[in-house]
Amino acid sequence: MSHDFAKGVAALESQIDSRVAAYFSSCVHCGLCAEACLFYTETQDPRYTPIYKLEPMRRLWKEQHTFWGKFAIKLGLSKPLSDQDFADWEELVYDSCTLCGRCSMVCPVGNDITYMIRKEREGFAAAGYTPPGLQEATHRALTIGSPMGVTLKTLQAALRHVERNTGLSIPMDRQGADYMALFSSMEVVNFPEYIESVACIFDAARVSWTISSQAFEATNSGIQIGSREAAREIVGRVVDAAESLGVKYVISPECGHAYTAIRWEGPNLIGRPYKFEIIHILELLDQLQQEGRLKLSGLTETPLTFHDPCQIVRRGGVIEPPRDLLGKVASGFVEMADHGEMNWCCGGGGGVSANERAEGLRLKVFDRKRKQLEALGVKTLVTACANCRIVLEEGIEDRDMDVEVIGLTELVAEHLAAAPAASSTGSE
Amino acid sequence: MIGQLIDGPLWYFSLAVFGVGMLYRLYSILRAGVKPDLAPPRAGGGAGALRNLFSRFVPRRDVATRGRLTLIAGYLFHLGLFALLFFAQPHVDFLAERITGFGWPALPYWAFIISAELAFVGLLLLWLHRLLHPVTRLLSSVDDHIGTGLVFLVMLSGCLALAQAFEPLRLLHLFLAELLLIYFPFSSLMHTFTFVFSRGYTGAMMGRKGVNA
Ligand code: SF4
Ligand code: SF4
Repeated sequence: MSHDFAKGVAALESQIDSRVAAYFSSCVHCGLCAEACLFYTETQDPRYTPIYKLEPMRRLWKEQHTFWGKFAIKLGLSKPLSDQDFADWEELVYDSCTLCGRCSMVCPVGNDITYMIRKEREGFAAAGYTPPGLQEATHRALTIGSPMGVTLKTLQAALRHVERNTGLSIPMDRQGADYMALFSSMEVVNFPEYIESVACIFDAARVSWTISSQAFEATNSGIQIGSREAAREIVGRVVDAAESLGVKYVISPECGHAYTAIRWEGPNLIGRPYKFEIIHILELLDQLQQEGRLKLSGLTETPLTFHDPCQIVRRGGVIEPPRDLLGKVASGFVEMADHGEMNWCCGGGGGVSANERAEGLRLKVFDRKRKQLEALGVKTLVTACANCRIVLEEGIEDRDMDVEVIGLTELVAEHLAAAPAASSTGSE
Repeated sequence: MIGQLIDGPLWYFSLAVFGVGMLYRLYSILRAGVKPDLAPPRAGGGAGALRNLFSRFVPRRDVATRGRLTLIAGYLFHLGLFALLFFAQPHVDFLAERITGFGWPALPYWAFIISAELAFVGLLLLWLHRLLHPVTRLLSSVDDHIGTGLVFLVMLSGCLALAQAFEPLRLLHLFLAELLLIYFPFSSLMHTFTFVFSRGYTGAMMGRKGVNA
């Protein structure tokens, strides 16, 4: 990829808002954020200190927004940001940050470091300093419609399997349905059982839903790489599809980054609120269960714990629904010491799992989750994100651990109370 | 002559630099602007901002364990300094005479000594940590050391001045405090004020998402 330093600086500059200025002004260099970041705790490498990952952006802010910064540059006492800085920091900005948000919860002055790293990536993407794996994923998302290259044909093949297995018909492009479901490519390719579970649950709860042939991919590589334009284009497809089908809600799948992208970033990317609402699948399942539409029976007795996907829980605010649902289907649910909004990341969020270059580091920092699981001694790990799931499974295999990972929606589907007689889904 | 300068014009000059500089820094933060969030919130941002403003005074469990030294030293220093700054008898008299026009109860001498000791222990521990720990060593800039050094000298001269009741020491203390005031707006000491913005912005954003930051 070609490099354009001036463009990178201009993009980085445009990202400096009041929040960023307040954060840099407040940082006392206490180093506490390092203690919250798995990349530091598992490697003890000080370069992985969260705020240090923002050194290029901090220097630009200093050069442009502070008296000393301007003065020091004029006198030649400090060097202005250079192309080499982008090159030197690329690995820190992409390979060693999953945008998990844990550092932002502990900074004593209240800095949202994650918010800044997300913004810093805009500068890096504009300058052309991004990992090849993420470049390819973004390119595929823009040209094919999915970061993993999943086409409508692939989805249709997966749906045919689901229909065969369940005897249900999956509604496609149904005008005026209440809900439009999105999926992540990872679910389509690696965990089609998620789609199957959704179909069965919606049938049992008589949910009026559809899938759009125009936009079924929920993830957004544009956000992970830091390209507003790409992110806007990807979100825009979902918005167009949902608004043309006239649905009331769009269901974000389990995938965490998809949720952040569509729920929290989306309206800001397209510059207006949606004409529909976004609901996360776990919020919807919990709601259906509370309304009595989703009837569950029996309890899984196996001791199990829940891995909170960062973007759903800490950065997304869906904290209680997974716990409510687990309480309804499992009797042996135990929490890890750090859970909920203070969970530890799996190590593969924020585009890290799509960045092959970062694999070694990702597997190394998985040690954090390994230690959590070993401390608890539980052999079943439930999660609610296909990306977390694959990253956890790889880590478990790499560390030779005897732990099974299951998806929460599937677990809920396994406990569906026997329905009188299966009807075709999408009714109501 | 020098004494008069320190006690008079330099004091007002340093106070003016401090006031104007600080306001300018706050203005430059606000001038950068924040785009309105168009995503429908789960809860109010204002309540989140307010909550975070206070909740961050108490550390999260996990980091309280890992960053024990920094946190304990941080509390000792900040609480000790706060007590000294606003409740040492000479400060109460000075502030009443020069700024507020009214006084308030001051710390008894023994409490002053304890506060000073806590503040010194905290500051020295933080400084040592800054110099020795690989993370803080990597992060720290000259500014951090100048700020810490100045605060240290101001505190030291202040304690000596009170203990010795010696006019030149009082002047030295005032002079160093004036230097600190002048340096303040250009440095990371600004966190004294900007933390309100940082905690507020983060708390509001997280509050909108329904997360207690
Ligand atoms: S925890 Fe906050 S104040 Fe401390 S170094 Fe990190 S960003 Fe700066
Ligand atoms: S967001 Fe997570 S991975 Fe990134 S720096 Fe912060 S704690 Fe580390």
